[in-house]
Amino acid sequence: MSRVGISREIGQSRWHAWWVNGGLLLLAVISLAPLAWMLSVSFMPSGQASQFPPPLLPAHTTLANYQALFARTGMGNNFINSLLVSVGITLGSLLFNTLAGYAFAKLRFACRERLFQMLLAALVIPAQVAMLPLFLLMKQMGLVNTFGGVVIPALASVFGIFLVRQYARSIPDELLEAARIDGASEARIFFQIVLPMLKPVLVTLAIFTFMGAWNDFMWPLIVLTDQEHYTLPVALASLSREHIMDVEMMMAGAVVTVLPVLLLFLVLQRYYIQGLLLGSVKG
Amino acid sequence: MKRGSLAGWVFAAPALIVIGVFFGLPVLSALALSLTDFDLYALADPHSLRFNGLGNYIDLLQTPMFWKSLGNTAYFVVAGVPLSIAVSLGAALLLNAPAARFKALFRTALFAPVVTTLVAVAVIWRYLFHTRYGLVNWGLGQIGINPIDWLGDPNWAMPTIIGFAVWKNFGYNMVIFLAGLQAIPKDLYEAARIDGASRWQQFLHITLPMLGPVLLVVGVITVSGYFQLFAEPYVMTRGDPLQSTVSVLYFMFEEGFKWWNLGRASAVAFLLFLIILAVTTLMLRFGKRRELV
Amino acid sequence: MTRALAIVLLVLLAGCAKPEQGTTLRFWAMGREAEVVGELVREFEAENPGIRVDVQNIPWTAAHEKLLTAYAADGLPDVCQLGNTWIAEFATLQSLTPLQPLVDRSTVIDQSDYFAGIWDTNVIDGQLVGIPWYVDTRLLFYRKDLLRQAGYSQPPKTWAEWEQMNAALKKVMGARGYPVLMPLNEFEPQLSFALQQDDSLLRDGDTRGNFRSPGFRRTLAFYDNMFEQGWAPKMSETQISNVWDEFFRGFTAFYLSGPWNIREFRQRQPPGLEGEWGATPLPGPDGLGAGIAGGTSLVVFRSSQKKEAAWKLIEFLSRPAIQQRFYKIIGDLPPRRSAWQSPELQDDPLTAAFADQLERVKPTPKVLEWERIAQQMRVVTEQVVRGGLPQDKAVEQLDQQVDDILAKRRWIVEQQAGTAAKAAP
Repeated sequence: MSRVGISREIGQSRWHAWWVNGGLLLLAVISLAPLAWMLSVSFMPSGQASQFPPPLLPAHTTLANYQALFARTGMGNNFINSLLVSVGITLGSLLFNTLAGYAFAKLRFACRERLFQMLLAALVIPAQVAMLPLFLLMKQMGLVNTFGGVVIPALASVFGIFLVRQYARSIPDELLEAARIDGASEARIFFQIVLPMLKPVLVTLAIFTFMGAWNDFMWPLIVLTDQEHYTLPVALASLSREHIMDVEMMMAGAVVTVLPVLLLFLVLQRYYIQGLLLGSVKG
Repeated sequence: MKRGSLAGWVFAAPALIVIGVFFGLPVLSALALSLTDFDLYALADPHSLRFNGLGNYIDLLQTPMFWKSLGNTAYFVVAGVPLSIAVSLGAALLLNAPAARFKALFRTALFAPVVTTLVAVAVIWRYLFHTRYGLVNWGLGQIGINPIDWLGDPNWAMPTIIGFAVWKNFGYNMVIFLAGLQAIPKDLYEAARIDGASRWQQFLHITLPMLGPVLLVVGVITVSGYFQLFAEPYVMTRGDPLQSTVSVLYFMFEEGFKWWNLGRASAVAFLLFLIILAVTTLMLRFGKRRELV
Repeated sequence: MTRALAIVLLVLLAGCAKPEQGTTLRFWAMGREAEVVGELVREFEAENPGIRVDVQNIPWTAAHEKLLTAYAADGLPDVCQLGNTWIAEFATLQSLTPLQPLVDRSTVIDQSDYFAGIWDTNVIDGQLVGIPWYVDTRLLFYRKDLLRQAGYSQPPKTWAEWEQMNAALKKVMGARGYPVLMPLNEFEPQLSFALQQDDSLLRDGDTRGNFRSPGFRRTLAFYDNMFEQGWAPKMSETQISNVWDEFFRGFTAFYLSGPWNIREFRQRQPPGLEGEWGATPLPGPDGLGAGIAGGTSLVVFRSSQKKEAAWKLIEFLSRPAIQQRFYKIIGDLPPRRSAWQSPELQDDPLTAAFADQLERVKPTPKVLEWERIAQQMRVVTEQVVRGGLPQDKAVEQLDQQVDDILAKRRWIVEQQAGTAAKAAP
């Protein structure tokens, strides 16, 4: 962020700068206003938000909504569920995707390229196609309404493999060859040489995966069938249908759901956006 | 290289098994399911399962509700994608302009909606757009416009959802466009300015063409994503009012997980897949012809 | 790396169920009932040490879906409160335990004590699969003072009278409100009128829709007319912020609802309006009409491993004394005549109106697909009222859609008829 004053190229007017920054400000306000309102309402006393004219700020801030949320609706439990599930998916898929991504990049095995093409083709198929039979499969395996049912199908993803592969391709082959000649096993090479070199993409993938798992809605909605096991998005959706008029408490629930990923993003946005670009624009 | 071959398989196996068993297998099963009339009766008594062939597909193509859901989804795509891309591109241009200040801060603010949980913000929007107590109608009232029943009026429900989707996602494409814009050599603009080209002409003749491939990728991703509209209707409107917000996936969800007509629901999922495939292939072919790929 | 693996394993194991300790009954109850049954259940536990009851509260809006999902996922509870229009569905799925042998042995449950029409809704294909818990039907709550203003001292007994009253009320109320409140997201009002007709809702052994019959056409016309004339608002529940407030504020004169609102209205009535509102049985095409034989039953799912304990809970909740207490707490009407012998129920003019309506209730078709058919009926009706769909086209469409929904049932019935024919000598 350069503070060297507005650059004045030939023909540019100060007016132009106002337009640009004004436009950005407007967009920023539109982007953040709903979130700010959410935060504000979550601290309002019950019933204040259902008034006309609608209030912008709490008459007096209160933690009652959060208390009610955790005491009456058990959302604290759902928060822990989301945490467990997201961490489980992140750690597990990080392992599986990295192993596979490295293999596709650097290890030779039969049909490697053909397999990878098939994986890329699978990206075209929307996940919902698989959800109905996957539910029946989970039922056979006894995994319906368990965390396993949510975590296990997410332990590997084509996107993750693709991301790691892209990155791993830049590892110099000579390094690996030298290690092999020295007698190191493939496992040793992977854990001691490759993994450290993959750290940036691992961080990116971890953030991506965690946030995706935290925000995931449709599959947990299908496979989790009772309130105790719900993750936050599912719990919030189910509550919002029951407590239609309890705006303040619903906003408290929204804050609890949104704040962790928002904070995570704020702290690690560099890596997140990097990953986004790596995945979408062929590097 | 036998050793490498074994290691390769061992390393790739866990991920491949997971994807194979929990994605590949279900997809093939969905294809098989869609050829049967699997429903509640079959869930209770497997003997009542009948092989239908293409019966489900033909049935669906004659079901008015399927076409209505397809129409709703197409409305969402046709109106939402260009709007989303326009806003994303506009935001990226603004961020990329030399005159812009606090770029990192703005970029964070504009991207924030993308990372928020969709269910949570859908709940927020439902209250913001409440007919009586919502801020939006209050704001409209201040400038003299009568309150609109955003989510209760069949004509306004889908536009509200479109607006919501654009708000939520424009940051994502904005970042991609930003990277694309930054890759355009600055001297092209210099040369154009020296030649006397206006800003708008520069945009038309330098920016847009150079962004071609990026536009195509963004277009394909956004179209494909928008066809899969589900969570917004589920949380905000449950398909109402008057089924104006029932998307194809919402229709599939109800058919499959509300009424347990799994055969029919699988057929819907496959039809959707074919439609997305057809549309994105057309887009890519169009792009190839224009030498964007 | 091994640590990460350990964490992953721990997370997966956390998903596994813990083993049960002692006998814990899983009891699913819906809505308000779930909230108040808790105290009765505590008494049951005191009487039966060793049995714990875990009450799960399922909101009505999600109940049907949750039950079917639980069925598909082998996750059904031991005891469940089941709406009696759904009993046929779950019986067809072979998921309900036949209860006749248990009733025959029981000293608490006496079939002759129950309202016959309600008991009958629990008998599917000759098998008893549920015990009625409470009865429910819809009728009109009305504002006596608003009726007097319009020049009427008695509530309507026929459709024609009602329409006249609505016209008069509209003149009195003007833009302040609507004479009748029937939220469009409910199918019960229209279902009530449909049951008042002689034509049944389904035909051919309940394998095809009968919505093109003159009876249903009359129902649709009558229902639509209410909205056309501006006597009922074209709104769904979510657009009306608080029904009770609106009723007492004079937004509406007639509200079609059920027994739970007796207590709600009594609790919320403002001073000055006591005695100015009441309940009256539904007017019919030519005299007081039929209503929905509604209510819920208690069922034991076949998948339960604790059927003995489950039956004990059902017997407990079926005791007349317990049912009277239940009525006192929540206002749900008992299905047993002996439970009606309490002063609260005998001397209350509001419950008397319900008792009167209960004499004229009719069951809905006992088919697996009934819930879907009822919802389809509502959807098409809403299109008529709000979407401009012509009534003739609507009934054609509805019949076609219902025929589609019942296609599998038709096939199964034909199969069964075929096997029966072959088996007959």
